[in-house]
Amino acid sequence: MPPETTPLLQVRDLHTTFPLRSALLRRTVGHVQAVAGVSFDIPAGGTLGLVGESGSGKSTVARTIVGLEKCAAGSILFEGEDLTSLPPARMRQVRRQLQMIFQDPYASLNPRATVEQIITEAWEIHPDVVPRDRFKPEVRELLERVGLNPDHAARYPHQFSGGQRQRIGIARALALRPKLVICDEAVSALDVSVQAQVLNLLAELREDLGLAYLFIAHDLSVVRHISDQVAVMYLGRIVETASQQELFAEPVHPYTQALLSAVPDPLPWARPPRTPIIIGGDVPSPADPPSGCRFRTRCWKAQDVCATEDPALEPRLGLHPAACHFAERRTELVVG
Amino acid sequence: MTSTDLDLTTTAVPRPATSTRGRAGSARIRFGLAVIIVYVVAAAIGPWLVRFDPVATRTQDRLKPPGSRLSDGSLAILGTDQVGQDLLAQMLQGARISIAVGLATLLLAGTIGVTVGLAAGYFGGWLDSVLMRLADIQLAFPSILLAIFIAALLGPSVVNVVIVLAVSNWVTFARVTRGQALTTRRREFVDASRTLGAGTWRLIRRCVLPACIAPVLVVATVEIGHVILAEASLSFLGLGTPASTPSWGVTIANGRNYLADAWWISTVPGIALAFLVVSLGVLGDALRDRYDPRLRSL
Amino acid sequence: MTSEPLLSVRDLRVEFSTSAGVVTAVDGASFDVRRGETVALLGESGSGKSVTAQAMLGIIPKPAGRVTGGSIEYDGRDLLALPATATRELRGREIAMVFQDPLSSLNPVFRVGAQIGEMFRKHRGASRKEARAEALELMRRVGIPAAEKRLDDYPHQFSGGMRQRVMIAMALALSPRLLIADEPTTALDVTVQAQIMDLLARLQDEEGMSLVLITHDLGVVADVADRVVLMYAGRVVEAGPIREVYEHSAHPYTAGLMGSLPAIDGPRERLTPIQGAPPDLLDLPSGCSFRPRCAFASERCADEEPVLLGAPGRPAPHSSACHHAGKVLTDAP
Ligand SMILES: Nc1ncnc2c1ncn2[C@@H]1O[C@H](COP(=O)(O)OP(=O)(O)OP(=O)(O)O)[C@@H](O)[C@H]1O
Ligand SMILES: Nc1ncnc2c1ncn2[C@@H]1O[C@H](COP(=O)(O)OP(=O)(O)OP(=O)(O)O)[C@@H](O)[C@H]1O
Ligand SMILES: [Mg+2]
Ligand SMILES: [Mg+2]
Repeated sequence: MPPETTPLLQVRDLHTTFPLRSALLRRTVGHVQAVAGVSFDIPAGGTLGLVGESGSGKSTVARTIVGLEKCAAGSILFEGEDLTSLPPARMRQVRRQLQMIFQDPYASLNPRATVEQIITEAWEIHPDVVPRDRFKPEVRELLERVGLNPDHAARYPHQFSGGQRQRIGIARALALRPKLVICDEAVSALDVSVQAQVLNLLAELREDLGLAYLFIAHDLSVVRHISDQVAVMYLGRIVETASQQELFAEPVHPYTQALLSAVPDPLPWARPPRTPIIIGGDVPSPADPPSGCRFRTRCWKAQDVCATEDPALEPRLGLHPAACHFAERRTELVVG
Repeated sequence: MTSTDLDLTTTAVPRPATSTRGRAGSARIRFGLAVIIVYVVAAAIGPWLVRFDPVATRTQDRLKPPGSRLSDGSLAILGTDQVGQDLLAQMLQGARISIAVGLATLLLAGTIGVTVGLAAGYFGGWLDSVLMRLADIQLAFPSILLAIFIAALLGPSVVNVVIVLAVSNWVTFARVTRGQALTTRRREFVDASRTLGAGTWRLIRRCVLPACIAPVLVVATVEIGHVILAEASLSFLGLGTPASTPSWGVTIANGRNYLADAWWISTVPGIALAFLVVSLGVLGDALRDRYDPRLRSL
Repeated sequence: MTSEPLLSVRDLRVEFSTSAGVVTAVDGASFDVRRGETVALLGESGSGKSVTAQAMLGIIPKPAGRVTGGSIEYDGRDLLALPATATRELRGREIAMVFQDPLSSLNPVFRVGAQIGEMFRKHRGASRKEARAEALELMRRVGIPAAEKRLDDYPHQFSGGMRQRVMIAMALALSPRLLIADEPTTALDVTVQAQIMDLLARLQDEEGMSLVLITHDLGVVADVADRVVLMYAGRVVEAGPIREVYEHSAHPYTAGLMGSLPAIDGPRERLTPIQGAPPDLLDLPSGCSFRPRCAFASERCADEEPVLLGAPGRPAPHSSACHHAGKVLTDAP
């Protein structure tokens, strides 16, 4: 549980929408509610894992927090200051403590810039962080910090492997000495052994620098490994959130249960066979979400009340918050 | 959306990490460059070696065929024109004007085109629609008509030729830049810079513009041939450089009336012009193949 | 499932000339894919998996890359000896591929529906309208919600996972006999991943499609693959039936891979990645390329390059290229 002090990041009722344009005249004909009321806290030095359906708005949450998308409603409080209403100059000061590591280690580095240029860009934008004559030694230090050879500062991204590029991305994110780093599928594109190295690096940085992470990933084993808290998203909302131990041991929302039951097991022969919960049906479009509970169109427990009453995200069964009228404890999903 | 002439690359193979670019078209590039260097050197130092005096007339040396001895004992390698001017000297002088007009036009058209393309591609939305409609209108309007119109309005002068040609050539630059800006601004590394706090101006300058340089250079090489040709056409029509400025077009036009008895006056500069334009075209195509295979359909 | 292979790769060698020198991206790889079978290609990033796939499709980027040896027999014909027009014909119709990088394989300036429909227009000569209907059907099949509304969207309006599904739809468009899927589910959540793998399995059942699956997800492999081929630095280092290889790893690289996985249950511990850095293909060590990162390495490993042999004491189709395979097998936890 978070301590009594204000959390580093408080997201309250965040909404992000995209205009839906008609194909012909490009007139706005509606809105995609990519994020529709998301709230969570991240304490300093803590890690929140964000998992969920592909297209449920995880990246949009991340991009809205760092300012790449416009927030339609709600608030984003960073150390108590609301990022949605700060004057631009102050905003730049605050936002720089919030950095992001991107998914694609190939696309997220400018192919025409050297590693040194990629890292020092941050300092050129914010000249007060590192004076120009300190650029070289600071770059070396950062590269060493993320486990790269400092002599490679003059190389271009294409001269590195995927795992090394992701380290360059991490070094860039660290350049502004952030307090919170958002990792949007930051290890998804890496192979298992490199992924393990990067995960270890992230854990080390958290210990040494007191970083907090918002960690988005599809691989639930990875999320379990790195997170303190975990939140599960479905169609623009958080449907369940709990500490890592509790969420994996006792999920109560049907979607979470389906998610956990579908985790592919690298050693399925060692355990009694599991029966994955298959959720059928089409994923509803975020432009036209179902009434009431957003998961009801695919839920095997859905009743009439689910169509009329939107279940609140509140503690259920004396456990953690979940947004389901018929929350039920199941413990057998992960451990066979 | 505006029409884009790129072809569907649905089955395109993602370019691997460490791709080394094929040295496509090295021979063509070398050939094109060599020809251009010869022309540029000739234009730069030629007029010093062979003096040209635009107002001199020597009636006794009129319409001498190539290889004739003139009255002052000098050799007219390429012959003389209707007022007795040495054709070689005139052409070397003309090369200066043609190349200078070509470069100045490209610079102006490129600046306009790249600016418009960046604005349209980067900001998108209504700005994009407005700018690209403008480009469509420009394309739909026959450029020679436009040129005649502007020339009639401003009168013939070298500067006006540059303006006329730039106005009718910026669209290609705008199109190419817009396409490149459109794809680049959605790349993740642009988002990464934005997360660091980079402003719009910085993003355009550091992320988007560099990605446009190679295709724009390719377009420039292809276009310069067209521009030099267009300048000659305008001058030929009497709408380009004034008659006292002997650009190739002017020389060709002057020789028009003497085609029957002095074919060389129009033909020799014509061949020189054709050869330069073809070489530039070869170079442009080769560069295009090397740096941007997608532009081939443009 | 018949035992006669649909695809048979023998001693494949692929080289790239780079400014720094010649890289042997694939160095004598051999494996078979039988009809209706799923073969997983596993291995470190840069080990040559994608290049092997490119060679199967005849799309090695030229002129930097070249196949310098070996053969790839598909249905009795050597793909490497066929004229380019014939391989192009095969590609798309019989052999399809899902590319690793969905963002750069989709053209950002064309609508998604048009890009999928293009497959039908190009290969089947379908009309614009037919192509659109087919595209819609496919988008539904791969589970894109509100497909009819999204036909006219551009790729950037799709989430990562949906783009991936578009890529899969394009590959499945012409009901291929062999599908090569390069990391098809990396960007998908586990339920959609299960759905896609299910769709692929159904196609295999219904149409006898063979699948070559390139992935880093050892869990997915355990779920769907019949056999697994592990590559390291361009060579096949271990191959065999999936359970055999996973439970009785006979190569230290495979064992290291299994050890790097975070567990979904049990206590959380610091991960144990394989020591050292991935190999530099321009400067491979003598003998066994895995030697500098290997706990079992001996002098013999430096002198003599290990060849792919039956794993000692294990049933037949399991093979490993390690001098110390026996020791690796007995030392495993
Ligand atoms: N620029 C955009 N314009 C319109 N719709 C968008 C845009 N970006 C995202 N969306 C939509 O918003 C929704 C959420 O997308 P988002 O990328 O946040 O999902 P995600 O949870 O990150 O999914 P994934 O796990 O597949 O990456 C999707 O329905 C997507 O189509
Ligand atoms: N076009 C190219 N030019 C030069 N080298 C190349 C090219 N394509 C691939 N390579 C090299 O060939 C080797 C194998 O690459 P490949 O893409 O097959 O790796 P992979 O096993 O698919 O890795 P990943 O898991 O990261 O996708 C790499 O070292 C790569 O740098
Ligand atoms: Mg995402
Ligand atoms: Mg690959």
